[in-house]
Amino acid sequence: MLEFLRDIFTGINGALDVLLSEALNLPPAAVLGIQNLLGVMVVSGFGLVLVIFTIWIERKVAGRMQDRFGPNRVGPYGLFQSVADALKMISKETITPDGADVVVYNIAPLLAVIAVLAIWAVVPFARTAIGTDLSIGALYFVAVSGLGTLAVIMAGWSSNNKYALLGAFRAVAQLISYEVPLILMLLVPVLLAGSMRMNEIVQAQSIWFVVMAPIPALVFFISNQAETGRTPFDLLEAESEIVAGYHVEYSGMMFGMFMLSEFLHSFTISALVATLFFGGWRGPGAASIPTLGFVYFMAKTFLIYFVTMWVRFTVPRIRIDQLMAFNWKFLVPVSLATMVVIPLVDKIAREIRIGGAPIYTVPDLATLQNMTALESIRVSLPRAGVLLVTNLVLGLVVFAILAQAARRQREAFEAGLEAEPAAAGAGD
Amino acid sequence: MEVTPLHIAFAAFSVLTLGGGFGVVTSRNLIHAALFLIVALFGVAGYLVLLEAPFLAAVQVLVYIGAIAVVVIFAVMLTRSVAGTNQVTHTNQWLLAVITAIALLVMLGFVLLNQFGTVDAPLGAVPEDSVELLGRQLVSPNAFVLPFEVASVLLLAALIGAVVVARE
Repeated sequence: MLEFLRDIFTGINGALDVLLSEALNLPPAAVLGIQNLLGVMVVSGFGLVLVIFTIWIERKVAGRMQDRFGPNRVGPYGLFQSVADALKMISKETITPDGADVVVYNIAPLLAVIAVLAIWAVVPFARTAIGTDLSIGALYFVAVSGLGTLAVIMAGWSSNNKYALLGAFRAVAQLISYEVPLILMLLVPVLLAGSMRMNEIVQAQSIWFVVMAPIPALVFFISNQAETGRTPFDLLEAESEIVAGYHVEYSGMMFGMFMLSEFLHSFTISALVATLFFGGWRGPGAASIPTLGFVYFMAKTFLIYFVTMWVRFTVPRIRIDQLMAFNWKFLVPVSLATMVVIPLVDKIAREIRIGGAPIYTVPDLATLQNMTALESIRVSLPRAGVLLVTNLVLGLVVFAILAQAARRQREAFEAGLEAEPAAAGAGD
Repeated sequence: MEVTPLHIAFAAFSVLTLGGGFGVVTSRNLIHAALFLIVALFGVAGYLVLLEAPFLAAVQVLVYIGAIAVVVIFAVMLTRSVAGTNQVTHTNQWLLAVITAIALLVMLGFVLLNQFGTVDAPLGAVPEDSVELLGRQLVSPNAFVLPFEVASVLLLAALIGAVVVARE
Protein backbone atom coordinates (compact mmCIF):
# COMPACT_ATOMS: atom_id res chain seq x y z
CA MET A 1 0.00 0.00 0.00
CA LEU A 2 2.78 2.36 0.91
CA GLU A 3 4.57 1.40 -2.29
CA PHE A 4 1.43 2.22 -4.23
CA LEU A 5 1.19 5.63 -2.55
CA ARG A 6 4.83 6.33 -3.13
CA ASP A 7 4.43 6.11 -6.87
CA ILE A 8 0.73 6.39 -7.70
CA PHE A 9 1.32 6.66 -11.41
CA THR A 10 3.29 3.45 -11.87
CA GLY A 11 0.92 1.74 -9.44
CA ILE A 12 -2.19 2.63 -11.42
CA ASN A 13 -0.49 1.78 -14.69
CA GLY A 14 0.57 -1.61 -13.38
CA ALA A 15 -2.89 -2.34 -12.01
CA LEU A 16 -4.45 -1.40 -15.35
CA ASP A 17 -1.99 -3.62 -17.16
CA VAL A 18 -2.88 -6.58 -14.97
CA LEU A 19 -6.58 -5.90 -15.34
CA LEU A 20 -6.51 -5.66 -19.12
CA SER A 21 -4.08 -8.38 -20.03
CA GLU A 22 -4.84 -11.03 -17.43
CA ALA A 23 -8.32 -10.47 -16.11
CA LEU A 24 -9.79 -9.64 -19.52
CA ASN A 25 -7.27 -11.59 -21.62
CA LEU A 26 -6.86 -8.99 -24.34
CA PRO A 27 -4.06 -9.17 -26.92
CA PRO A 28 -1.13 -6.83 -26.16
CA ALA A 29 -1.92 -4.47 -29.03
CA ALA A 30 -5.42 -3.90 -27.67
CA VAL A 31 -4.03 -3.44 -24.16
CA LEU A 32 -1.65 -0.79 -25.45
CA GLY A 33 -4.41 0.89 -27.41
CA ILE A 34 -6.75 1.02 -24.44
CA GLN A 35 -3.99 2.28 -22.15
CA ASN A 36 -3.14 5.04 -24.60
CA LEU A 37 -6.77 6.00 -24.97
CA LEU A 38 -7.24 6.16 -21.22
CA GLY A 39 -4.04 8.18 -20.91
CA VAL A 40 -5.31 10.70 -23.45
CA MET A 41 -8.61 10.99 -21.64
CA VAL A 42 -6.92 11.45 -18.26
CA VAL A 43 -4.50 14.10 -19.50
CA SER A 44 -7.16 16.15 -21.27
CA GLY A 45 -9.73 15.57 -18.55
CA PHE A 46 -7.25 16.75 -15.94
CA GLY A 47 -6.99 20.13 -17.61
CA LEU A 48 -10.71 20.45 -18.19
CA VAL A 49 -11.67 19.54 -14.63
CA LEU A 50 -8.96 21.70 -13.12
CA VAL A 51 -10.15 24.76 -15.05
CA ILE A 52 -13.38 24.75 -13.07
CA PHE A 53 -11.31 25.06 -9.93
CA THR A 54 -8.98 27.68 -11.39
CA ILE A 55 -11.86 29.88 -12.52
CA TRP A 56 -13.15 29.84 -8.94
CA ILE A 57 -9.69 30.69 -7.62
CA GLU A 58 -9.37 33.50 -10.12
CA ARG A 59 -12.64 35.11 -9.09
CA LYS A 60 -11.96 34.73 -5.38
CA VAL A 61 -8.48 36.21 -5.66
CA ALA A 62 -9.87 38.99 -7.83
CA GLY A 63 -12.40 39.76 -5.16
CA ARG A 64 -9.91 39.78 -2.34
CA MET A 65 -7.47 41.96 -4.22
CA GLN A 66 -10.28 44.38 -4.97
CA ASP A 67 -11.35 44.46 -1.30
CA ARG A 68 -14.50 42.45 -1.76
CA PHE A 69 -15.48 38.85 -1.23
CA GLY A 70 -15.85 37.30 -4.63
CA PRO A 71 -18.47 34.61 -5.17
CA ASN A 72 -19.66 33.27 -1.83
CA ARG A 73 -23.31 32.38 -2.37
CA VAL A 74 -23.27 29.29 -4.53
CA GLY A 75 -22.01 26.49 -2.30
CA PRO A 76 -19.50 26.83 0.53
CA TYR A 77 -17.19 29.76 -0.23
CA GLY A 78 -18.72 29.97 -3.68
CA LEU A 79 -17.10 26.75 -4.85
CA PHE A 80 -19.89 25.83 -7.23
CA GLN A 81 -19.96 29.21 -8.96
CA SER A 82 -18.14 27.84 -12.01
CA VAL A 83 -20.60 24.99 -12.22
CA ALA A 84 -23.46 27.48 -12.14
CA ASP A 85 -21.75 29.51 -14.89
CA ALA A 86 -21.22 26.43 -17.01
CA LEU A 87 -24.86 25.39 -16.61
CA LYS A 88 -26.00 28.87 -17.57
CA MET A 89 -23.83 28.85 -20.64
CA ILE A 90 -24.96 25.42 -21.74
CA SER A 91 -28.59 26.38 -21.44
CA LYS A 92 -28.18 29.48 -23.61
CA GLU A 93 -29.19 29.42 -27.22
CA THR A 94 -26.23 29.27 -29.61
CA ILE A 95 -27.10 31.78 -32.32
CA THR A 96 -25.41 31.49 -35.67
CA PRO A 97 -25.30 34.96 -37.23
CA ASP A 98 -26.88 35.55 -40.58
CA GLY A 99 -24.38 35.08 -43.40
CA ALA A 100 -21.81 33.40 -41.19
CA ASP A 101 -19.76 30.57 -42.54
CA VAL A 102 -21.33 27.74 -40.56
CA VAL A 103 -18.58 25.12 -40.72
CA VAL A 104 -15.72 27.48 -39.86
CA TYR A 105 -17.90 29.23 -37.26
CA ASN A 106 -18.41 25.97 -35.40
CA ILE A 107 -14.88 24.66 -35.71
CA ALA A 108 -13.13 27.78 -34.37
CA PRO A 109 -14.00 27.34 -30.66
CA LEU A 110 -13.09 23.67 -30.83
CA LEU A 111 -9.72 24.48 -32.35
CA ALA A 112 -9.10 27.04 -29.62
CA VAL A 113 -9.64 24.40 -26.92
CA ILE A 114 -7.67 21.73 -28.85
CA ALA A 115 -4.67 24.04 -29.17
CA VAL A 116 -4.52 24.41 -25.39
CA LEU A 117 -5.32 20.85 -24.34
CA ALA A 118 -2.71 19.40 -26.67
CA ILE A 119 -0.01 21.21 -24.69
CA TRP A 120 -0.79 19.09 -21.64
CA ALA A 121 0.55 16.03 -23.44
CA VAL A 122 4.17 17.08 -22.82
CA VAL A 123 3.88 18.54 -19.32
CA PRO A 124 5.83 16.40 -16.83
CA PHE A 125 3.77 15.98 -13.68
CA ALA A 126 6.27 13.78 -11.86
CA ARG A 127 9.28 11.66 -12.63
CA THR A 128 7.13 8.81 -13.86
CA ALA A 129 4.10 10.75 -15.07
CA ILE A 130 4.15 12.51 -18.37
CA GLY A 131 1.66 12.28 -21.23
CA THR A 132 4.28 11.45 -23.81
CA ASP A 133 7.98 12.17 -23.48
CA LEU A 134 8.54 13.58 -26.96
CA SER A 135 12.11 14.15 -28.00
CA ILE A 136 10.98 17.59 -29.20
CA GLY A 137 8.85 18.52 -26.20
CA ALA A 138 9.65 22.22 -26.08
CA LEU A 139 9.20 22.68 -29.83
CA TYR A 140 5.90 20.81 -29.77
CA PHE A 141 4.54 23.33 -27.27
CA VAL A 142 5.28 26.23 -29.61
CA ALA A 143 3.92 24.44 -32.67
CA VAL A 144 0.63 23.69 -30.95
CA SER A 145 0.24 27.26 -29.69
CA GLY A 146 0.30 28.33 -33.32
CA LEU A 147 -2.96 26.47 -33.86
CA GLY A 148 -4.59 28.80 -31.35
CA THR A 149 -3.74 31.77 -33.57
CA LEU A 150 -5.58 30.04 -36.38
CA ALA A 151 -8.67 29.59 -34.24
CA VAL A 152 -8.76 33.35 -33.58
CA ILE A 153 -8.68 34.20 -37.28
CA MET A 154 -11.30 31.61 -38.10
CA ALA A 155 -13.58 32.95 -35.38
CA GLY A 156 -13.15 36.56 -36.44
CA TRP A 157 -13.69 35.95 -40.12
CA SER A 158 -16.57 33.51 -39.97
CA SER A 159 -18.71 35.80 -37.82
CA ASN A 160 -19.56 38.00 -40.80
CA ASN A 161 -18.98 41.03 -38.61
CA LYS A 162 -16.53 43.82 -39.38
CA TYR A 163 -15.75 44.43 -35.73
CA ALA A 164 -15.05 40.77 -35.13
CA LEU A 165 -12.70 40.77 -38.11
CA LEU A 166 -10.86 43.85 -36.90
CA GLY A 167 -10.62 42.38 -33.43
CA ALA A 168 -9.27 39.15 -34.91
CA PHE A 169 -6.63 41.05 -36.91
CA ARG A 170 -5.42 42.87 -33.83
CA ALA A 171 -5.47 39.68 -31.81
CA VAL A 172 -3.44 37.76 -34.36
CA ALA A 173 -0.99 40.65 -34.71
CA GLN A 174 -0.43 40.55 -30.96
CA LEU A 175 -0.19 36.76 -30.83
CA ILE A 176 2.30 36.30 -33.65
CA SER A 177 4.39 39.27 -32.52
CA TYR A 178 4.86 37.91 -29.03
CA GLU A 179 5.75 34.46 -30.32
CA VAL A 180 9.20 35.80 -31.27
CA PRO A 181 10.55 36.54 -27.77
CA LEU A 182 8.65 33.48 -26.52
CA ILE A 183 10.47 31.07 -28.80
CA LEU A 184 13.82 32.78 -28.31
CA MET A 185 13.56 32.58 -24.55
CA LEU A 186 12.23 29.03 -24.72
CA LEU A 187 15.56 28.13 -26.28
CA VAL A 188 17.44 29.12 -23.12
CA PRO A 189 16.32 26.22 -20.89
CA VAL A 190 16.75 23.92 -23.89
CA LEU A 191 20.28 25.22 -24.21
CA LEU A 192 21.09 24.95 -20.52
CA ALA A 193 19.70 21.42 -20.31
CA GLY A 194 21.08 20.26 -23.65
CA SER A 195 17.86 18.59 -24.72
CA MET A 196 14.33 19.42 -25.83
CA ARG A 197 12.73 16.62 -23.82
CA MET A 198 10.68 18.09 -21.01
CA ASN A 199 11.72 15.38 -18.56
CA GLU A 200 15.40 15.98 -19.28
CA ILE A 201 14.97 19.73 -18.88
CA VAL A 202 13.48 19.09 -15.43
CA GLN A 203 16.18 16.59 -14.49
CA ALA A 204 18.95 19.00 -15.47
CA GLN A 205 17.71 21.60 -12.99
CA SER A 206 19.66 20.71 -9.88
CA ILE A 207 19.80 24.48 -9.57
CA TRP A 208 16.62 26.02 -10.95
CA PHE A 209 17.04 27.72 -14.29
CA VAL A 210 15.42 30.86 -12.94
CA VAL A 211 18.60 31.35 -10.89
CA MET A 212 20.84 30.67 -13.84
CA ALA A 213 18.82 32.78 -16.27
CA PRO A 214 16.44 35.25 -14.61
CA ILE A 215 16.12 37.55 -17.62
CA PRO A 216 14.96 34.79 -19.97
CA ALA A 217 12.52 33.65 -17.28
CA LEU A 218 11.09 37.16 -17.00
CA VAL A 219 10.85 37.70 -20.76
CA PHE A 220 9.28 34.25 -21.19
CA PHE A 221 6.72 35.05 -18.50
CA ILE A 222 5.85 38.42 -20.07
CA SER A 223 5.56 36.96 -23.57
CA ASN A 224 3.29 34.26 -22.24
CA GLN A 225 1.06 36.85 -20.61
CA ALA A 226 0.72 38.45 -24.02
CA GLU A 227 0.18 35.12 -25.75
CA THR A 228 -2.66 34.15 -23.47
CA GLY A 229 -4.23 37.58 -23.59
CA ARG A 230 -3.93 38.41 -19.90
CA THR A 231 -3.74 41.93 -18.57
CA PRO A 232 -1.86 44.10 -19.24
CA PHE A 233 -2.23 42.68 -22.74
CA ASP A 234 -5.91 41.83 -22.69
CA LEU A 235 -6.92 44.28 -25.39
CA LEU A 236 -8.21 41.31 -27.34
CA GLU A 237 -11.24 40.64 -25.26
CA ALA A 238 -11.84 43.55 -22.94
CA GLU A 239 -15.44 44.60 -23.09
CA SER A 240 -14.66 48.26 -23.52
CA GLU A 241 -12.43 47.59 -26.49
CA ILE A 242 -13.68 46.67 -29.92
CA VAL A 243 -16.89 45.23 -28.46
CA ALA A 244 -15.38 42.02 -27.09
CA GLY A 245 -13.22 41.39 -30.12
CA TYR A 246 -13.23 38.26 -32.20
CA HIS A 247 -15.82 36.33 -30.21
CA VAL A 248 -18.52 38.99 -30.21
CA GLU A 249 -20.92 36.88 -32.27
CA TYR A 250 -20.57 33.74 -30.17
CA SER A 251 -23.06 32.83 -27.48
CA GLY A 252 -23.76 29.94 -25.19
CA MET A 253 -21.34 27.08 -24.95
CA MET A 254 -19.27 28.16 -27.97
CA PHE A 255 -18.42 31.34 -26.14
CA GLY A 256 -17.86 29.14 -23.11
CA MET A 257 -15.27 27.23 -25.15
CA PHE A 258 -13.34 30.43 -25.83
CA MET A 259 -13.43 31.40 -22.17
CA LEU A 260 -12.39 27.89 -21.21
CA SER A 261 -9.47 27.95 -23.60
CA GLU A 262 -8.32 31.30 -22.26
CA PHE A 263 -8.36 30.30 -18.60
CA LEU A 264 -6.88 26.92 -19.32
CA HIS A 265 -4.17 28.50 -21.46
CA SER A 266 -3.20 30.75 -18.59
CA PHE A 267 -2.95 27.79 -16.23
CA THR A 268 -1.05 25.72 -18.80
CA ILE A 269 1.45 28.51 -19.23
CA SER A 270 2.01 28.63 -15.49
CA ALA A 271 2.67 24.88 -15.57
CA LEU A 272 5.19 25.37 -18.37
CA VAL A 273 6.99 28.23 -16.65
CA ALA A 274 7.21 26.06 -13.54
CA THR A 275 8.60 23.19 -15.59
CA LEU A 276 11.11 25.15 -17.64
CA PHE A 277 12.42 27.59 -15.08
CA PHE A 278 11.38 26.56 -11.60
CA GLY A 279 12.37 22.92 -11.62
CA GLY A 280 9.04 21.30 -12.44
CA TRP A 281 8.52 18.41 -10.08
CA ARG A 282 11.90 18.75 -8.42
CA GLY A 283 12.15 19.26 -4.70
CA PRO A 284 13.54 17.52 -1.64
CA GLY A 285 12.69 13.86 -1.95
CA ALA A 286 10.87 14.15 -5.26
CA ALA A 287 13.23 11.93 -7.23
CA SER A 288 12.48 8.89 -5.11
CA ILE A 289 8.85 9.68 -4.27
CA PRO A 290 7.09 10.64 -7.51
CA THR A 291 3.83 11.46 -5.73
CA LEU A 292 5.67 14.13 -3.77
CA GLY A 293 7.01 15.42 -7.08
CA PHE A 294 3.45 15.86 -8.30
CA VAL A 295 2.63 17.86 -5.18
CA TYR A 296 5.64 20.13 -5.73
CA PHE A 297 4.69 20.62 -9.36
CA MET A 298 1.13 21.65 -8.54
CA ALA A 299 2.35 23.96 -5.77
CA LYS A 300 4.75 25.74 -8.11
CA THR A 301 2.15 25.99 -10.86
CA PHE A 302 -0.42 27.50 -8.56
CA LEU A 303 2.12 29.95 -7.17
CA ILE A 304 3.01 31.18 -10.64
CA TYR A 305 -0.69 31.30 -11.54
CA PHE A 306 -1.17 33.46 -8.47
CA VAL A 307 1.53 35.84 -9.73
CA THR A 308 -0.28 35.92 -13.07
CA MET A 309 -3.53 36.86 -11.35
CA TRP A 310 -1.72 39.36 -9.14
CA VAL A 311 -0.39 41.17 -12.19
CA ARG A 312 -3.81 40.99 -13.82
CA PHE A 313 -5.63 42.73 -11.01
CA THR A 314 -2.95 45.33 -10.41
CA VAL A 315 -1.83 46.71 -13.74
CA PRO A 316 -3.90 48.70 -16.26
CA ARG A 317 -4.28 47.72 -19.86
CA ILE A 318 -1.86 48.98 -22.50
CA ARG A 319 -2.88 50.15 -25.98
CA ILE A 320 -2.27 48.16 -29.11
CA ASP A 321 0.46 50.49 -30.37
CA GLN A 322 2.18 50.54 -26.99
CA LEU A 323 1.90 46.75 -27.00
CA MET A 324 3.56 46.43 -30.41
CA ALA A 325 6.24 48.98 -29.59
CA PHE A 326 6.98 47.17 -26.34
CA ASN A 327 7.43 43.92 -28.20
CA TRP A 328 9.43 44.97 -31.21
CA LYS A 329 11.48 47.72 -29.64
CA PHE A 330 12.16 46.19 -26.25
CA LEU A 331 11.44 42.49 -25.87
CA VAL A 332 12.85 41.32 -29.20
CA PRO A 333 16.20 43.16 -28.89
CA VAL A 334 16.54 42.00 -25.28
CA SER A 335 15.77 38.41 -26.28
CA LEU A 336 18.20 38.52 -29.18
CA ALA A 337 20.92 39.99 -26.98
CA THR A 338 20.28 37.37 -24.29
CA MET A 339 20.22 34.61 -26.88
CA VAL A 340 23.64 35.68 -28.11
CA VAL A 341 25.29 36.47 -24.79
CA ILE A 342 24.27 33.50 -22.66
CA PRO A 343 25.52 30.70 -24.96
CA LEU A 344 28.66 32.70 -25.67
CA VAL A 345 29.50 33.10 -21.98
CA ASP A 346 28.60 29.49 -21.31
CA LYS A 347 30.86 28.22 -24.06
CA ILE A 348 33.75 30.53 -23.19
CA ALA A 349 33.59 29.60 -19.52
CA ARG A 350 33.72 25.95 -20.47
CA GLU A 351 36.73 26.42 -22.73
CA ILE A 352 39.10 28.73 -20.86
CA ARG A 353 41.37 26.90 -18.51
CA ILE A 354 42.52 28.19 -15.16
CA GLY A 355 45.34 26.04 -13.82
CA GLY A 356 44.60 23.26 -16.28
CA ALA A 357 40.91 22.82 -15.49
CA PRO A 358 37.96 24.73 -16.94
CA ILE A 359 35.84 26.93 -14.70
CA TYR A 360 33.13 24.34 -14.78
CA THR A 361 32.07 21.31 -16.73
CA VAL A 362 28.50 20.36 -17.36
CA PRO A 363 27.99 16.68 -16.53
CA ASP A 364 25.59 14.80 -18.74
CA LEU A 365 22.29 13.67 -17.35
CA ALA A 366 23.27 10.13 -16.51
CA THR A 367 26.06 11.21 -14.16
CA LEU A 368 23.90 14.00 -12.80
CA GLN A 369 21.24 11.54 -11.76
CA ASN A 370 23.70 9.32 -9.96
CA MET A 371 24.95 12.13 -7.76
CA THR A 372 23.27 13.04 -4.53
CA ALA A 373 21.30 16.26 -4.41
CA LEU A 374 23.97 18.30 -2.63
CA GLU A 375 26.68 16.95 -4.91
CA SER A 376 24.76 17.92 -8.04
CA ILE A 377 24.09 21.40 -6.64
CA ARG A 378 27.78 21.81 -5.84
CA VAL A 379 28.71 20.82 -9.38
CA SER A 380 26.25 23.25 -10.96
CA LEU A 381 27.04 26.13 -8.62
CA PRO A 382 29.92 27.72 -10.62
CA ARG A 383 27.82 27.62 -13.78
CA ALA A 384 24.89 29.21 -11.98
CA GLY A 385 27.15 31.91 -10.59
CA VAL A 386 28.68 32.79 -13.93
CA LEU A 387 25.34 32.87 -15.76
CA LEU A 388 23.64 34.84 -12.98
CA VAL A 389 26.36 37.49 -13.15
CA THR A 390 26.00 37.58 -16.93
CA ASN A 391 22.25 38.12 -16.60
CA LEU A 392 22.74 40.88 -14.05
CA VAL A 393 25.24 42.65 -16.28
CA LEU A 394 22.82 42.33 -19.19
CA GLY A 395 20.03 43.72 -17.03
CA LEU A 396 22.17 46.69 -16.00
CA VAL A 397 23.04 47.42 -19.63
CA VAL A 398 19.35 47.30 -20.57
CA PHE A 399 18.48 49.63 -17.72
CA ALA A 400 21.23 52.04 -18.73
CA ILE A 401 19.96 52.15 -22.33
CA LEU A 402 16.38 52.65 -21.13
CA ALA A 403 17.47 55.41 -18.74
CA GLN A 404 19.30 57.22 -21.52
CA ALA A 405 16.31 56.98 -23.83
CA ALA A 406 14.04 58.23 -21.05
CA ARG A 407 16.37 61.15 -20.33
CA ARG A 408 16.39 62.13 -23.99
CA GLN A 409 12.61 61.98 -24.12
CA ARG A 410 12.28 64.04 -20.95
CA GLU A 411 14.67 66.70 -22.24
CA ALA A 412 12.84 66.91 -25.54
CA PHE A 413 9.54 67.25 -23.70
CA GLU A 414 10.87 69.96 -21.39
CA ALA A 415 12.40 71.78 -24.32
CA GLY A 416 9.03 71.70 -25.97
CA LEU A 417 7.40 73.07 -22.82
CA GLU A 418 9.92 75.90 -22.57
CA ALA A 419 9.44 76.83 -26.21
CA GLU A 420 5.67 77.16 -25.76
CA PRO A 421 5.47 80.01 -23.21
CA ALA A 422 8.16 81.84 -25.19
CA ALA A 423 6.15 81.41 -28.38
CA ALA A 424 2.95 82.44 -26.59
CA GLY A 425 4.72 85.49 -25.15
CA ALA A 426 6.10 86.47 -28.57
CA GLY A 427 2.74 86.03 -30.22
CA ASP A 428 0.87 88.38 -27.84
CA MET B 1 0.97 -7.86 -45.83
CA GLU B 2 -0.68 -7.49 -42.46
CA VAL B 3 -2.36 -4.25 -41.53
CA THR B 4 -0.41 -2.69 -38.69
CA PRO B 5 -1.37 0.52 -36.89
CA LEU B 6 1.36 2.15 -38.96
CA HIS B 7 -0.61 1.39 -42.11
CA ILE B 8 -3.79 2.73 -40.57
CA ALA B 9 -2.01 5.92 -39.54
CA PHE B 10 -0.54 6.24 -43.02
CA ALA B 11 -3.97 5.84 -44.56
CA ALA B 12 -5.43 8.46 -42.23
CA PHE B 13 -2.75 11.00 -43.03
CA SER B 14 -3.11 10.22 -46.73
CA VAL B 15 -6.80 11.01 -46.52
CA LEU B 16 -5.98 14.29 -44.80
CA THR B 17 -3.33 15.30 -47.32
CA LEU B 18 -5.15 14.25 -50.48
CA GLY B 19 -8.51 15.43 -49.25
CA GLY B 20 -7.04 18.75 -48.23
CA GLY B 21 -5.31 19.13 -51.55
CA PHE B 22 -8.47 18.29 -53.43
CA GLY B 23 -10.39 20.79 -51.31
CA VAL B 24 -7.88 23.54 -52.05
CA VAL B 25 -8.32 23.31 -55.82
CA THR B 26 -12.04 22.68 -55.96
CA SER B 27 -13.27 24.98 -53.22
CA ARG B 28 -15.37 27.92 -54.36
CA ASN B 29 -14.62 30.01 -51.31
CA LEU B 30 -11.09 31.33 -51.11
CA ILE B 31 -10.93 31.21 -47.32
CA HIS B 32 -12.12 27.63 -47.40
CA ALA B 33 -9.31 26.90 -49.85
CA ALA B 34 -6.80 28.37 -47.40
CA LEU B 35 -8.23 26.25 -44.58
CA PHE B 36 -8.10 23.11 -46.72
CA LEU B 37 -4.45 23.97 -47.38
CA ILE B 38 -3.91 23.90 -43.62
CA VAL B 39 -5.46 20.43 -43.47
CA ALA B 40 -3.16 19.26 -46.26
CA LEU B 41 -0.09 20.69 -44.51
CA PHE B 42 -1.16 18.95 -41.32
CA GLY B 43 -1.28 15.67 -43.24
CA VAL B 44 2.28 16.26 -44.45
CA ALA B 45 3.33 16.85 -40.83
CA GLY B 46 1.77 13.49 -40.04
CA TYR B 47 3.86 11.84 -42.77
CA LEU B 48 6.98 13.35 -41.25
CA VAL B 49 6.09 11.85 -37.89
CA LEU B 50 5.62 8.44 -39.50
CA LEU B 51 9.06 8.80 -41.10
CA GLU B 52 10.59 9.29 -37.63
CA ALA B 53 11.43 12.95 -38.19
CA PRO B 54 9.54 14.57 -35.29
CA PHE B 55 11.62 17.73 -35.40
CA LEU B 56 10.65 18.36 -39.01
CA ALA B 57 7.02 17.62 -38.22
CA ALA B 58 6.97 20.17 -35.40
CA VAL B 59 8.75 22.74 -37.57
CA GLN B 60 6.26 22.04 -40.38
CA VAL B 61 3.33 22.78 -38.09
CA LEU B 62 5.06 25.77 -36.55
CA VAL B 63 6.25 27.41 -39.76
CA TYR B 64 3.76 26.34 -42.39
CA ILE B 65 0.55 26.27 -40.41
CA GLY B 66 1.39 28.74 -37.66
CA ALA B 67 3.02 31.38 -39.85
CA ILE B 68 2.67 30.87 -43.59
CA ALA B 69 -0.95 29.76 -43.59
CA VAL B 70 -1.86 32.66 -41.29
CA VAL B 71 -0.15 35.10 -43.68
CA VAL B 72 -1.96 33.52 -46.63
CA ILE B 73 -5.29 33.94 -44.86
CA PHE B 74 -4.45 37.53 -44.00
CA ALA B 75 -3.54 38.25 -47.61
CA VAL B 76 -6.77 36.68 -48.86
CA MET B 77 -8.88 38.52 -46.34
CA LEU B 78 -7.30 41.91 -46.93
CA THR B 79 -7.26 41.84 -50.72
CA ARG B 80 -10.56 40.25 -51.62
CA SER B 81 -14.17 41.15 -51.02
CA VAL B 82 -15.39 39.60 -47.83
CA ALA B 83 -18.24 37.74 -49.53
CA GLY B 84 -15.80 35.84 -51.70
CA THR B 85 -17.93 32.93 -52.74
CA ASN B 86 -18.55 31.71 -56.26
CA GLN B 87 -14.98 32.06 -57.35
CA VAL B 88 -14.32 30.53 -60.72
CA THR B 89 -12.77 27.14 -60.08
CA HIS B 90 -11.49 26.26 -63.51
CA THR B 91 -10.39 27.91 -66.74
CA ASN B 92 -11.42 26.71 -70.19
CA GLN B 93 -8.24 24.64 -70.56
CA TRP B 94 -9.28 22.29 -67.84
CA LEU B 95 -9.34 19.20 -70.06
CA LEU B 96 -5.70 19.62 -71.03
CA ALA B 97 -4.78 20.16 -67.40
CA VAL B 98 -6.58 16.96 -66.34
CA ILE B 99 -4.83 14.95 -69.07
CA THR B 100 -1.44 16.33 -68.02
CA ALA B 101 -2.11 15.57 -64.36
CA ILE B 102 -3.19 12.00 -65.11
CA ALA B 103 -0.15 11.46 -67.32
CA LEU B 104 2.12 12.70 -64.54
CA LEU B 105 0.37 10.45 -62.03
CA VAL B 106 0.78 7.39 -64.25
CA MET B 107 4.47 8.14 -64.87
CA LEU B 108 5.32 8.75 -61.21
CA GLY B 109 3.24 5.81 -60.06
CA PHE B 110 4.95 3.49 -62.52
CA VAL B 111 8.43 4.55 -61.41
CA LEU B 112 7.63 4.41 -57.69
CA LEU B 113 5.79 1.10 -57.76
CA ASN B 114 8.52 -0.43 -59.86
CA GLN B 115 11.27 0.56 -57.46
CA PHE B 116 9.59 0.49 -54.07
CA GLY B 117 6.35 -1.34 -54.65
CA THR B 118 6.81 -4.15 -52.16
CA VAL B 119 9.28 -2.59 -49.74
CA ASP B 120 8.19 -1.07 -46.46
CA ALA B 121 10.29 1.82 -45.21
CA PRO B 122 12.80 0.39 -42.73
CA LEU B 123 11.99 1.53 -39.19
CA GLY B 124 14.83 2.30 -36.85
CA ALA B 125 17.05 3.49 -39.68
CA VAL B 126 16.89 7.02 -38.28
CA PRO B 127 19.40 7.50 -35.43
CA GLU B 128 18.11 8.39 -32.00
CA ASP B 129 19.83 11.76 -31.81
CA SER B 130 18.84 12.91 -35.27
CA VAL B 131 18.14 16.46 -34.10
CA GLU B 132 21.64 16.85 -32.73
CA LEU B 133 23.09 15.46 -35.96
CA LEU B 134 20.97 17.91 -37.94
CA GLY B 135 22.28 20.75 -35.81
CA ARG B 136 25.86 19.69 -36.30
CA GLN B 137 25.36 19.41 -40.06
CA LEU B 138 23.98 22.93 -40.17
CA VAL B 139 27.03 24.51 -38.58
CA SER B 140 29.79 22.16 -39.69
CA PRO B 141 32.18 23.69 -42.25
CA ASN B 142 32.26 20.38 -44.15
CA ALA B 143 28.50 20.22 -44.41
CA PHE B 144 25.83 22.86 -44.79
CA VAL B 145 27.04 25.93 -42.97
CA LEU B 146 27.36 28.01 -46.14
CA PRO B 147 23.80 27.42 -47.42
CA PHE B 148 22.60 27.98 -43.85
CA GLU B 149 24.30 31.37 -43.61
CA VAL B 150 23.17 32.38 -47.08
CA ALA B 151 19.59 31.49 -46.17
CA SER B 152 19.91 33.59 -43.01
CA VAL B 153 21.14 36.57 -45.02
CA LEU B 154 18.23 36.08 -47.43
CA LEU B 155 15.73 36.07 -44.56
CA LEU B 156 17.37 39.19 -43.11
CA ALA B 157 17.06 40.93 -46.47
CA ALA B 158 13.40 39.94 -46.68
CA LEU B 159 12.76 41.24 -43.16
CA ILE B 160 14.43 44.58 -43.86
CA GLY B 161 12.63 44.84 -47.19
CA ALA B 162 9.28 44.24 -45.51
CA VAL B 163 9.98 46.96 -42.95
CA VAL B 164 11.09 49.40 -45.67
CA VAL B 165 8.04 48.70 -47.81
CA ALA B 166 5.73 49.07 -44.82
CA ARG B 167 7.18 52.42 -43.88
CA GLU B 168 6.27 54.07 -47.14
